[in-house]
Amino acid sequence: MTELHHLTLAELAVGLKARRFSSVELTQHFLSRIERFNPALNALITVTGEQALQAAAKADQRLASGAATPMTGLPIAHKDIFCTDGVLTTCGSKMLSNFIAPYDATVVDRLSQAGVITLGKANMDEFAMGSSNETSWYGPVKNPWDLTKVPGGSSGGSAAVVAARMAPASTGTDTGGSIRQPAALTSLTGIKPTYGRVSRYGMIAFASSLDQAGTLTLSAEDAAMMLGAMAGFDPRDSTSVDAPVPDYTASLDQPLAGLKIGLLKEFFEKGLDEANGKLVRDALKVYEALGAKLVEVSLPNLPLSVPTYYVVAPAECSSNLSRFDGVRFGYRCEKPVDLLDLYKRSRGEGFGAEVKRRIMTGTYVLSAGYYDAYYLKAQKIRRLIADDFERAFGEVDVLIGPTSPTPAFDIGAQTDDPITMYLNDIYTIGANLAGLPAMSIPCGFLGGLPVGLQIIGPHFAEAKLLNVAHRYQQETQWHKQIPAGYE
Amino acid sequence: MSLTRKDVENIAHLARLAITEAEMPEYVDRLSKILHMVEQLDAIDTSSVEPMAHPLKGQVQRLRADEVVDSDQREKYQRNAVRVEAGLYLVPKVIE
Repeated sequence: MTELHHLTLAELAVGLKARRFSSVELTQHFLSRIERFNPALNALITVTGEQALQAAAKADQRLASGAATPMTGLPIAHKDIFCTDGVLTTCGSKMLSNFIAPYDATVVDRLSQAGVITLGKANMDEFAMGSSNETSWYGPVKNPWDLTKVPGGSSGGSAAVVAARMAPASTGTDTGGSIRQPAALTSLTGIKPTYGRVSRYGMIAFASSLDQAGTLTLSAEDAAMMLGAMAGFDPRDSTSVDAPVPDYTASLDQPLAGLKIGLLKEFFEKGLDEANGKLVRDALKVYEALGAKLVEVSLPNLPLSVPTYYVVAPAECSSNLSRFDGVRFGYRCEKPVDLLDLYKRSRGEGFGAEVKRRIMTGTYVLSAGYYDAYYLKAQKIRRLIADDFERAFGEVDVLIGPTSPTPAFDIGAQTDDPITMYLNDIYTIGANLAGLPAMSIPCGFLGGLPVGLQIIGPHFAEAKLLNVAHRYQQETQWHKQIPAGYE
Repeated sequence: MSLTRKDVENIAHLARLAITEAEMPEYVDRLSKILHMVEQLDAIDTSSVEPMAHPLKGQVQRLRADEVVDSDQREKYQRNAVRVEAGLYLVPKVIE
């Protein structure tokens, strides 16, 4: 029999339905892999083994009774940004190192209702601020493809846990590339849906106009399955969009003949590693063979997305993170002399350096006298970038380009310079600013390290993106590669 | 734009963050670098551009009636606080 951890969610679901193995056996299998591999990778902060086995036993009953959903009995990991009732929820921060969430995030609740098993909570950059998983208070996550390299971030633990086959899938969140970049750096399929497609309720907020939850999986088919179970209207998130969720699995096989693919001129210009660019061009040849047409398009304002993001995101972060005051939950400093001292030291000691940098940047750009020059200016340029995308989607169906300028870099290589670190997200931030759905899928290797292909679509075009990704995965084997030592 | 040490002290105070003496030079340097990077935006004429507050066109944030929809869970929520007494959150004395 094929090893259980070689199977995709879709394949595991077939096995569960046919009773070839039980959810308890499946859960046990992944828990033992976690026990074996997690100490070296540091991908999970919390392992919820006992609860997982109980939930798996219930899922087995449900499978036997015929009341199962397509996801019933499948184990996954949640990024530790999602509140999980009764379970430690840290957001990768010392600030929340004592926080037992008193309720479930909507994403967690929906997947649990569907019968999904939670194996544990994945490590991440502190409050999702980082592109390498090195800002976590719980320490860096190692990339299973090379333990000296970062797995990307901020959903670095979510990526490593799936890449090492310690779980067949995981949830992530993406504010500026935090699902797509780690997916690219670990050879996974990652999707960030349209803003408002998945509820943000119970997902600890970083930048509320950019944050969106999605998935890291072994295939586009799995992403279609899992996203379908997560997405949909939630009255508890005031930005949740009230629109029906299509069956994303139904359109995966549609032919791509006549598909118009836009090549972003700006993406193939400066900053892109040459060999990395060649792999992207090779992938485009696969699409041409499938009947797609390539059209070069230009988004002149796109190069401004990094500076725009580093005004908008810190501004929203400074506001969102003001709730951490050392009073109602989270870390509190020792022996505060007065209330101001309690606030300042609880926050000063509870937050790490990158989080403090962003809070201060945000505080500055929102402060009296600077609001117009920075924040309002950035909101205007955000509109120009969004308009560029809208124009492009008048001409093409999807945009395709690289996900990340380089493959995984060395742990510690970029921690001294925040700007260098910020430029890792140069290709991914645009989709967040414009609220667009975007994916990363594996498209090859450079020096043994995975490279990702990014696909961006118009608002609510998740089904098209998944179709475009799935057809490529029918023609290629990149997404089936497993890092050495984890077979 | 380069920030001075005094600027950073002021920002840290507004943000209610205690920054140690040892950390201060690094924040002055890195925050200045971030603001310098952001200055690229100044080159763009945005005089006729409407600022964008919501990523989806035509979407506004919903309002709801201010009605009680959840049961009282004070005890459960207060389990996460470091210091509570008789249902109250305790902080250092504010009023003499």
